[in-house]
Amino acid sequence: MALARSGPVLVVEGLRTHFFTRAGVVKAVDDVSFTLARGEVMGLVGESGSGKSVTGYSLMGLVDPPGRIVAGRIVLDGTDLRALPPAAMRHIRGNRVAMIFQDPMMTLNPVLRIDTQMIEAILAHDDVSPAAARARAREALVKVGIASPDERLAAYPHQFSGGMRQRVAIAIALLNRPDLIVADEPTTALDVTIQGQILYEMQKVARESGTALIWITHDLSVVAGLADRVCVMYAGRIVEEGTCEDVLGRPAHPYTQGLLDSVPANHRPGERLRQIPGMTPSLVDLPPGCAFRERCTYADEACLATPAMRPAGGPGQAVRCAHPLISLF
Amino acid sequence: MLVFIVRRSMQSVVVLIAMSLIVFVGVYAIGNPIDILINPQADQLERERAIAALGLDKPLWEQYSTFLKGAVTGDLGRSFVHATPALPLILERMPATLELAFAAMLIAVTIGLPLGLWAGLRPHGFAGRTIMAGSILGFSLPTFWVGLMLIMVFSVMLGWLPSNGRGPTTLLFGLVPVSFLSLDGLAHLVLPAVNLALFKLALLVRLTRAGTRETLLTDYVKFARAKGLADSRVIGVHVLRNIMIPIVTVIGLEFGSVIAFAIVTESVFAWPGMGKLLIDSINLLDRPVIVSYLLVIVVLFILINLVVDIVYSALDPRVRIADARG
Repeated sequence: MALARSGPVLVVEGLRTHFFTRAGVVKAVDDVSFTLARGEVMGLVGESGSGKSVTGYSLMGLVDPPGRIVAGRIVLDGTDLRALPPAAMRHIRGNRVAMIFQDPMMTLNPVLRIDTQMIEAILAHDDVSPAAARARAREALVKVGIASPDERLAAYPHQFSGGMRQRVAIAIALLNRPDLIVADEPTTALDVTIQGQILYEMQKVARESGTALIWITHDLSVVAGLADRVCVMYAGRIVEEGTCEDVLGRPAHPYTQGLLDSVPANHRPGERLRQIPGMTPSLVDLPPGCAFRERCTYADEACLATPAMRPAGGPGQAVRCAHPLISLF
Repeated sequence: MLVFIVRRSMQSVVVLIAMSLIVFVGVYAIGNPIDILINPQADQLERERAIAALGLDKPLWEQYSTFLKGAVTGDLGRSFVHATPALPLILERMPATLELAFAAMLIAVTIGLPLGLWAGLRPHGFAGRTIMAGSILGFSLPTFWVGLMLIMVFSVMLGWLPSNGRGPTTLLFGLVPVSFLSLDGLAHLVLPAVNLALFKLALLVRLTRAGTRETLLTDYVKFARAKGLADSRVIGVHVLRNIMIPIVTVIGLEFGSVIAFAIVTESVFAWPGMGKLLIDSINLLDRPVIVSYLLVIVVLFILINLVVDIVYSALDPRVRIADARG
């Protein structure tokens, strides 16, 4: 165990989460692997429907039917979460791994007071007195920058603004000092100034408590400012990973390049935005081979076989492409 | 809160006046109660004396204003048939109907809520499908037929339960006569209560199931699960608190209709309640009783709605705040 604690906080190997719908099998997550060091911030980037949220839910063990994790290992601190019985998994959720959702207007229960919703999260995992739990809840609110916490504890969610609610959700995620927080686009629904505040707050809190962070987003500028490392997902697979600097600075995958090209900040004013041609493929019965080949200018026969992850560019940078833009020198 | 109650009461008075006027005109249009009440062999003199005694010789508007004047002092007129004041006649029958209605709602809620919850949590399982199929039966079978079948099976064939009447009553708090305190009284209550409950039970099952399925998909339930809460707490607190809001509304409305429309069940099981009295009164065109009955029902509906509104604000904090501001 002592050995495990010094190792990576999370190892995901060959994760496959499929949805068995009437239309066919949707391979929402198809062979995803990554490793997360203690306290590391990883950005998980992709378009809508690329499987990034389902990856997050898979880590939490919260995939709803008809979805199911069909293969892979999720090892948290040396414990394989998939092998755990449901009761033990419940004890991991909210305790060792916490999650924050996209829409703060929807994540808090409208008919329960904030203190009820915070204290229950503590009492679900710790055998402490309600008074001690309340004190901890108060402390967590202070930590995320909420003024007059005592008053706020007795309030209902509808008395809070969107940014405040997201702060409360973050405070709830922090309550049990988790090793890992999965944040599923937590700033997407907020306006830009609040977005900045929440990002800052999150980064600060994660650094202070040594909590690792998986930040799921489609916003490359958020990732650039926040993450140490980034994984780019496309059609259920990770197509490129590496440090922020490498992946965003010298992308090896044509898809990553396409994403970066469509960021307005990288253009001169008045110039047309470059967009990736075509649309995200349907994930129902996706044929083998590179899923991006229909939209890729470099595609040829080699792309009909599913490419493997291989090293490219900078240290730790890897790409799933038959024709990477930069190869390993 | 006080403003709210005062406003409500004033609305209620308008409803009561409108209601009584409609019934007055309606009964007047149906026919002359004297034709039914008086011995056909009676001579003209006797007939006119009877008409005068009941006040039916005066024009309708004058009859109505006499009624209104009496109503202000709490006198709703005397029954043509029983020759006693109409209101006490109804109030005397009310405990029987209320007891039946309470028992029916109790059965509907204690069985309907858990079944609906179960069906909502496992919509595709065998139990969930069976519950839903059963609720369709509860909806579509006519009450009188189910009542007759219940009597057939449990009274005639099995001989377990009595088929009609109310059984012995005891005074609750020394005031209200109730029958559920004795075993025999309870036995008399079971069949009519089940009969009356069936439709409401089916309704509650469907309502609870729909609410549960909808609530399970919300982010706050997912977030509650992500906090690592036990399923019992997620369902018992997070889901149930939210689906209770529409359910309480429907329970309130249905409770009113159970009281008002227990008539069929009361007739089938010869239950001595208000509904039975109403049917008899309509047959004899006993106008004061009909008017009084309907006014009592309106008052009951108004009271129930008031209680629902109060419970509502206790369940939903958003309503509470809005009310405090207004």
